[in-house]
Amino acid sequence: MKHNVLGVINLIHESDELEALTQGRCLATVPFGARYRLIDFVLSSMVGSGISKVAVFAHTKYRSLMDHLGSGKHWDLQHRQSGLFILPPATDNIQEISRGDLYHFYQHRDYFNRSNLDYVVITRSHMVCNIDFEKVLAFHVEKGADITVVCKQHDEELAGKARKVKMDEDGRITAIQDHYGRMLSDVSSMEMYIMRKDLLMELVETSLAQGQDHLVRHAIFSRLDALNVYAYMYEGYLGVVNTLASYYANNKRLLDPDVWRQLFYQPGPIFTKGKDEPPARYCEGSSVTNSLIANGCRIEGTVINSVIFRGVHVERGAVVKDSIVMQNGHIGSGSSIQYGILDKDVVIESNRDIRGAESLPFLAAKRKVI
Amino acid sequence: MGRKEMVAMLLAGGEGKRLGVLTKDLAKPAVYFGGKYRIIDFTLSNCAHSGIDTVGVLTQYQPLELNRYLGIGTPWGLDRRDGGMAILPPFVKQKGGVWYKGTANAIYQNMGFIERYDPEYVLIISGDHIYKMDYDLMLQHHKRSRADVTIAGIQVDWKEASRFGVMHVDDEDRITAFEEKPKNPTSNIASMGVYIFTWKALQKYLIYDEGNRNSTHDFGKDLIPAMMRDGLRLHSYPFKGYWKDVGTIESLWEANMDLLDDSSPLNLHDPSWRIYSVSPNRPAQFVSETAELSSSIVTEGCMLQGKIDSSVLFYGVTAERGSIIKESVVMPNVVIGAGAQIYRAIIGEGAVIQAGVVIGDPDDDAITVVAVEQYVTSDHDLLEVEQP
Repeated sequence: MKHNVLGVINLIHESDELEALTQGRCLATVPFGARYRLIDFVLSSMVGSGISKVAVFAHTKYRSLMDHLGSGKHWDLQHRQSGLFILPPATDNIQEISRGDLYHFYQHRDYFNRSNLDYVVITRSHMVCNIDFEKVLAFHVEKGADITVVCKQHDEELAGKARKVKMDEDGRITAIQDHYGRMLSDVSSMEMYIMRKDLLMELVETSLAQGQDHLVRHAIFSRLDALNVYAYMYEGYLGVVNTLASYYANNKRLLDPDVWRQLFYQPGPIFTKGKDEPPARYCEGSSVTNSLIANGCRIEGTVINSVIFRGVHVERGAVVKDSIVMQNGHIGSGSSIQYGILDKDVVIESNRDIRGAESLPFLAAKRKVI
Repeated sequence: MGRKEMVAMLLAGGEGKRLGVLTKDLAKPAVYFGGKYRIIDFTLSNCAHSGIDTVGVLTQYQPLELNRYLGIGTPWGLDRRDGGMAILPPFVKQKGGVWYKGTANAIYQNMGFIERYDPEYVLIISGDHIYKMDYDLMLQHHKRSRADVTIAGIQVDWKEASRFGVMHVDDEDRITAFEEKPKNPTSNIASMGVYIFTWKALQKYLIYDEGNRNSTHDFGKDLIPAMMRDGLRLHSYPFKGYWKDVGTIESLWEANMDLLDDSSPLNLHDPSWRIYSVSPNRPAQFVSETAELSSSIVTEGCMLQGKIDSSVLFYGVTAERGSIIKESVVMPNVVIGAGAQIYRAIIGEGAVIQAGVVIGDPDDDAITVVAVEQYVTSDHDLLEVEQP
């Protein structure tokens, strides 16, 4: 696998219902898990699987993406024989920007054609997982599949929105639905596809020639009969994050030591952009239970069942409960917040009482002062 | 090769004998400090914030871990096309090679490195001290006083003064006398081991000192006294702020405990003077339902289920249920078993303290040290250091 798979993280029309959290940023760079951005999980998985060339097909609102990824050095992707390529839409016609992903793949076909790698893995950014793509490729080759789709079987309903998948006894996919479909199945697609690069290029060109420009709906759905499309079952932790409710629920799910150990360490580490924050400081009189705390925090008050990002200051007498507080948040003394999601740099002044509901968390946009 | 106004030479070959088991396989500058740093991060970050982009790091004792850590200097912004960081170990020359015989000799052997940059000034620092200092302010001071040498000085407790080189200065900060580790100090201005030399003067004295058979080739013992004797202009740069030599178990423990003081002048949270280090890249720390934390600093990657009070925890530490950690420094990836109790200890990287083991005594001032990767099943065989 080491030198034979090209990575593609496809952000084109990535469905997002995260309200204010994606007002100024794309879904890929929504902060998650106390110190990460959503894209870190799939990008680190690719790197951990030996994939050393990764293209990120950016689409809109990608300033934060460029800032976060930089040269790719935090993921070890800035070497002579590796690389991170951020590819925004290559068109000067504003209407073309809204066309489907296959159109943009075609615009960037040089990226594929210049590479001498045989396979390509295409993913989205909103699947929070830690996956070994080497195993997926081995499965793909063993099955003699044309396309392998990474799927997850789940007993409970997923918090986020995902396509349901049905397959036969051999694991061959017989039906895939759109996100809003009502098909009965306990298997969902993780929107990760492995195929030969030449097959992808063929699908791109034939679909576009027929006036179709969506990878999944047109190139794959409509060819389930003609192509061998197999489901690879992923066993690890999965969080589908594309709605505000799933964002909240999946952050809270990290407050389980088993999930923490699995998602962040198995099979490999998750990388992110470093920040040089000092260690977190727990002052006298602070009280923290069942929470994730990042470096650079200063905790003087009480934190319960919460996810606290880097550089947050919880003042004396403040109570943060069941909440997610992003980078550099400030909770003033005597204030309390429950069921809240505070975007970066939100300031809650002293003696405020803020309450959302578990099903409908209170959301404060970036830099808001309350 | 572009000219540089000032080149820094960082002495990092120290063995750190008095740190005992903590420096068995590790040079002193690479010893962990402050929850996520190594001692050398402080001087390297000072260089970064002082606008110094050319740093020679002189290594000798156990350099493997230190070299691996420093890499090409990326975390400190020293991966430069022009200048940057260079690791300078002793090397073999045509007439054979020798180890660095002293601090001055180490610089003497690397005069070739300095000459490549044709600098006006040379900053000599060491990787053994914890402090935040703007060397550029010191350079301005050096230029203003037209000195040949400027030595950073800090006022220390009189009872400590005999551990340092002490200086007498006149009203204009000119040094009138310099004594290396005097038995009965008559001044309490201690040399911090931070020197700015005008390169021409340093060059001359390095060559002179090398030819002196009676010299121990040390800056404090030989070079500075020789310059004093010859009437060169030696000035002191008065430094105010936190500075600590962490050469002993007690001082290393104390300096870590100093960080827990909210009013400590060594503010690690200052965004304008970040201390840079190699990021361990671990997930956020997990504070479980059974954990109790107070007056402590903790780094990412820790899984905390015990009671932690007045302690410094490095990354990746696991403190299991019912464990107690008090007034201790716990280095990376240590596992503290269920119900284990740690009082006033320094636990080396990767050590495992088995469930129920008690280390140290809550009613005793002695500091207990657990070696790197030691597996402790009982409280025998541990190094205890009496508090002075």
